[in-house]
Order: sequence, then structure tokens, then C-alpha cells
Amino acid sequence: MTVFTHVITSFIAAAGFGVLFNAPRQALIQCGLVGMFGWILYFFLTKEGLDVVPSTIFAAMLVAVLSQLCAKLFKTPVIIFNVSGIIPLVPGGIAYDAMRHFVENDYTAAVQLSTQVMLLAGGIAIGLMFAEVANQVIKKTGEWLGP
Amino acid sequence: MTKQAATARVCMMAGKIMLECGAETYRVEDTMNRIANAYGLKNAQSYATPTGINFSHENQDMTYFRRVTSRATDLHKIAEVNDISRKITAGELSVSEAKLQLNNISQAKLTFPAWLQIVAAAFVSGSFAIMFGGSWGDFLPAFLAGGLGFASMLFFDRLVEIRFIAEFFASFVIGLAAVISVHYGFGQALDRIIIGAVMPLVPGLHITNAVRDLMIGHLVAGLSKGVEAVLTAFAIGAGVAVVFAFL
Repeated sequence: MTVFTHVITSFIAAAGFGVLFNAPRQALIQCGLVGMFGWILYFFLTKEGLDVVPSTIFAAMLVAVLSQLCAKLFKTPVIIFNVSGIIPLVPGGIAYDAMRHFVENDYTAAVQLSTQVMLLAGGIAIGLMFAEVANQVIKKTGEWLGP
Repeated sequence: MTKQAATARVCMMAGKIMLECGAETYRVEDTMNRIANAYGLKNAQSYATPTGINFSHENQDMTYFRRVTSRATDLHKIAEVNDISRKITAGELSVSEAKLQLNNISQAKLTFPAWLQIVAAAFVSGSFAIMFGGSWGDFLPAFLAGGLGFASMLFFDRLVEIRFIAEFFASFVIGLAAVISVHYGFGQALDRIIIGAVMPLVPGLHITNAVRDLMIGHLVAGLSKGVEAVLTAFAIGAGVAVVFAFL
């Protein structure tokens, strides 16, 4: 039941952010699906006891791979899919939490949370870049191996 | 106007549209260089930061510069510009045609209507409240607070020029709505409702893009985007904290 709830809510969240970021109309469903798969992977990994940072990296990798596939399939730039796709993973909630502790003079908790935000943002960036690099490596080895 | 000057203008225009629509700086530079190469400009150099673009090439002494003041996220326009640059590199568009099409894109209003954005923000807020561990009872309060917050963000953004202030007031409205709803027993988990409702405003994308720019080696762009993100997060945190301080 909880998984089903997360499937629906993450789809709505990613597709809704597609609207806020003004993604092309025909790409909204795909945006939602990419975000949904990323979040479900993250959800299961954290449930199995993996730390949030590696879970985020793996989920971001999945998002990036799916976005690359969508971009090839629908001939649109990758950014459209991965921007809305990573939104559920983005540590916006923690960033907000950190800032709230800062303005409430609770600096110890604030610095701790800010560090986590940096790590998570770095994790997402690494996950996204990994898929891009893998894509380039596949392309280049294909070129080297001849037609 | 010579063909070279016209080409440089096309490059600048493409870069400006992409930067205003929130494309990553390396993508902007890449697109400009591709267009320049396709039209035969030698040794084209482009340098983009979130607030301005420089562009020069070998055949002219002049360096082009353009200031970018407004920044938003508009993926549709990025896709359109990408489409044009692809056509240019394939040799399907002449310089004047490309200029005309870019002009059209630059003036077009492709965004979703405001009411639809507010409804989308409301649904996003409700969904995030549940994804972050709230119960279904928190969906509606977060839905309303998020919609109200995003609407006031749009309103204040038009009223005052400074984005920081608009974000501050919007999150103040969100905090107020959440506290009121919990006070009257309408919602339960105050923290989940607030986090869900501020998600449409939170600069999560900027944080990630900033780190990505830094890793690729665009140090100036990465730092300035990071500062922008921190400033927005601070505005949101402060807006909500004001509510807590006085209630």
C-alpha cells in the first residue's frame, strides 16, 4: 500500500514540476515516469537500510539513464527529462530544514544539515554525470571499433 | 551587415534565450560554438556565466557582450533553441532564417497559464508532504498551503522587483497557512506540511546544477548559481521562521 502511495505521489510531483518548469506538453507524462522510477528505486534502497547518499547516487543514475533513453526516443534535449526526474531526489526539504535551524540560532544542527545537503546535491550530480560519461564512452568505443 | 556579424548575433541571441531559460552554462557555450562552427566562424570563443555572455571570433576585432538579468526555468524554449541549433548544424537553416526563428522564440509566451501552474504547485506540495512521511490527512493542508504560497510568490514577484523579498513573503504565507491549519486540527504533522508546501519554491535544481557546473569546471558559474540557491533557501527559511517567532 505504501509503495503504491509513493508511486502515485512521486509521479504527480515530477509531472507537476514539469508544469512549473514549463516542459513541452507532450513530454509531461515521460517526465513524471522518469521521476517516479528514480524515487521508487531510492525508496526501496533506503528501506533496505542503505545510506541516503549512495541511494541518491544510484537513483540519480537510473534517472539519467532513463532520461538519455527518452531523449533518444523523442528527439528532445536530455535536460527536459532529467530536470523534472531528479526533483523528487533533490534535498529541498533538508535545505529548508537547515535554513530554518540557522534562523532559529541552532547552528550545530544547521551546519550538519547543510553538509548533508551538499553531499546529496553532489551525489545527484555524480549520478547524472556517470550516466553521461557512460554514454560517451559507449559512443566513442563504438567509433573506435569501426563502423 | 556582413554575414559574420549576423552570425555572431544569431549566436548571442541563442545563448541569451537559453541562459534566461535556465540552461546549464556549458550547454549554452556548446550551442553557441556549434552554431558558429556551422556558419564557418573561425576560432569562436564563448564564455557564459549566469549573468552575462561574452562571444568573440577570429575574423572580427569586436567582442560581443550581453547582460542577462532575468532568469527562470523554461524547458520548452530550451528545447526549441536546441531544435534550431540542430537544424543549423545540419545545414538546413540560413543565417537570416535562424535569426527570424530565434526572434519568434524569444518573444513567444510558451509558459503554462498561471492558474495551471498554481494547481500544479498545489499537487506537488501535497504529494511531497506524503513522500516525506506525512499521512493522507496532511495532503489537503499541504495542497492548500502550497497553492496559496505559489500564488503569492507569483503575485509578489510582479509587485516587487527583488526576488528575495517575493520568496520571503511567499514562504511567510505558507508558514502562516500551515500553522493555522494545524491549530484548528485540519492537519497533523506541521513539519511535513511546511516542507511539502515550500517544495515548489525551494531551489533544489539550482543546488544540483551548481555542483554539476563546478564538477565540469565552470567555476564562476557554479559558484554564482550556488550563491543564488543559498540566498533563496535563506529567504524561505527566514519567511517560515518569522511565523514561528511570533506564534
